[in-house]
Amino acid sequence: MEQLLENFSLDLFVKQTVLFIILIFLMVKYAWKPITKALNEREEGIKNSLESAEEAKKEMENLQASNEQLLKEARAERDALMKEAREIKDKMISDAKDEAKEVASKLIQNAQASIEQEKQAALSELKHQVAELSIGIAETVVKKELASKKDQLKLVEGLLEDVTLK
Amino acid sequence: MNRKKTKLVNKLAITLSLIFFTSLVIFASEDKKQSGDQHKVNPVNTPEEISDYIKHHVKDSHDFHLFSYFSDDKEHHVGFPLPVILWGSNGLTTFMSSEFHHDDEGKVVVNKGGSNFVKLHGKIYELKEGATSIVFDKEHHATNASKPIDLSITKSVFGILLFGLLMFLMFRGLAKQYRTKQVPTGFGRVLEPLVLYVRNEIAKPNIGPKYKKFTGYLMTVFFFIWFSNLMGLTPFGFNVTGQLAITAVLAIITFVVYMASSNKHFWSHQLWMPGVPYLLRPILAVIELAGTLIIKPFSLMVRLFANITAGHIVVMSLIAIGMTMQKELTIYGSTILSLILSLFIMLIEVLVAFLQAYIFTMLSALFIGMAVEEAEHH
Amino acid sequence: MYNLIGAGLIVIGAGIGLGQIGKGAMEGIARQPEATNKIQTAMIIIAALLEGLAFAAIFLGK
Repeated sequence: MEQLLENFSLDLFVKQTVLFIILIFLMVKYAWKPITKALNEREEGIKNSLESAEEAKKEMENLQASNEQLLKEARAERDALMKEAREIKDKMISDAKDEAKEVASKLIQNAQASIEQEKQAALSELKHQVAELSIGIAETVVKKELASKKDQLKLVEGLLEDVTLK
Repeated sequence: MNRKKTKLVNKLAITLSLIFFTSLVIFASEDKKQSGDQHKVNPVNTPEEISDYIKHHVKDSHDFHLFSYFSDDKEHHVGFPLPVILWGSNGLTTFMSSEFHHDDEGKVVVNKGGSNFVKLHGKIYELKEGATSIVFDKEHHATNASKPIDLSITKSVFGILLFGLLMFLMFRGLAKQYRTKQVPTGFGRVLEPLVLYVRNEIAKPNIGPKYKKFTGYLMTVFFFIWFSNLMGLTPFGFNVTGQLAITAVLAIITFVVYMASSNKHFWSHQLWMPGVPYLLRPILAVIELAGTLIIKPFSLMVRLFANITAGHIVVMSLIAIGMTMQKELTIYGSTILSLILSLFIMLIEVLVAFLQAYIFTMLSALFIGMAVEEAEHH
Repeated sequence: MYNLIGAGLIVIGAGIGLGQIGKGAMEGIARQPEATNKIQTAMIIIAALLEGLAFAAIFLGK
């Protein structure tokens, strides 16, 4: 203890107190504050840039995912469109076929009907003309032949024979 | 333009300090050794003389003594004189320490400003009127002299100023570098990891979230102690951190810092420790208070002082082996032995220089951390 | 005289204690090499406290 006290110099103690406190204030003001500020800023900057890089990466991933999604959707849409078009085409073709068939059958029907009609008309015409012709023939024949009764009868008989033959 | 200017200033400062160191003022004094000595003009070489020399080195002194040599029966000293600033009975007096002519036994009387001063065992006394030499009574108190207030630039004060200036220039340079660039270049690249080390390894883990307020103090203490310890290993013979007064200042400032920043939680644990039987609490409070108020600062002070002083004494003693063991080992043997031993102890001292700065700073941080710790919310 | 003996006893105690600290730290590091830094820090703190005690004893006893 005595040695400790002997080593202790009060003058030096006072001088060191003053000088060291001045040193602390000077160092804090002119050295440590700017240095720690710069270091903190740098660390903050590194942290921020790392974070933003991470974010950019994530965004990129998102973008890629959404791109893929978009592509998928587009593909699906295209497929759907094509399918629809094919369907429409098929339908159109089948529709056209049906219609054509219908039209054709109708036409045929009509044609058949008109042919029948014509035929009927022609037949009736023929009959008419045949009748007229027969009447005419008959008239002439009658006028010429029907001078005697015998002839008349012969004619009638002959006519009747023809008629039944028919 | 501005950068050029600061560079110029820096260069100027460096050259000035170099000139200061290299152009050592050689002031040869012509005090012949007393003829009563056993050896007329021999350098220090008996164990007693070596012990005195080491004791003298470890203490603070008023001049900057580098080495002495003997020629022409005279002792020549090499070093600087340092200014002596005294506040005595006749007011302020200043003179250079060379006026004492290396006398440390109170024999040379310096008359300045109407007072007579003598220097005895590293301390300056002011003689009373009419006295020509200092006289002591049995209790070793001076009867005819008083101690003036000594504001001299002693060796240690010179050391403090020098290390302070060096620290300031170095770290100011680093701080200025950050204005223009993110990563420092040159010497700043050495300093930056040290700053980061103190902040990240000492301040942050030991103090906790409130470390920012205290990093400035801790860094100043760390670098001051480290520089002083390292400079103490150079042949200039600084022994700044080996002065009890200086370590006492450092310890007391740490004490003041942690007392000033202590909070309610700290004091509640000091005075009325929770979770302990009521009967034990007053006893614990006494122990805790003694620890906080006396043992912690005292151990900080004594540890640094004792380590550095012991280191200096050991290094010098091992160097002295070269002289004291000449009879037993011959000149060559003793020189080689002292060289090897002092080389190894010097390497250990380089480690101790860092370790003591680290321990002082870390314990300061730890004590501050205890004082500012908040109650844990469960 | 007696105070010197007391100081010597304290230094012996401190030496044993320092050895124990070093032993404990080394065993800890051997068991858990990844905790080396933490163990070293704690070791240095305790060793420093003990060393302070030993120095105080030397100076008070001298």
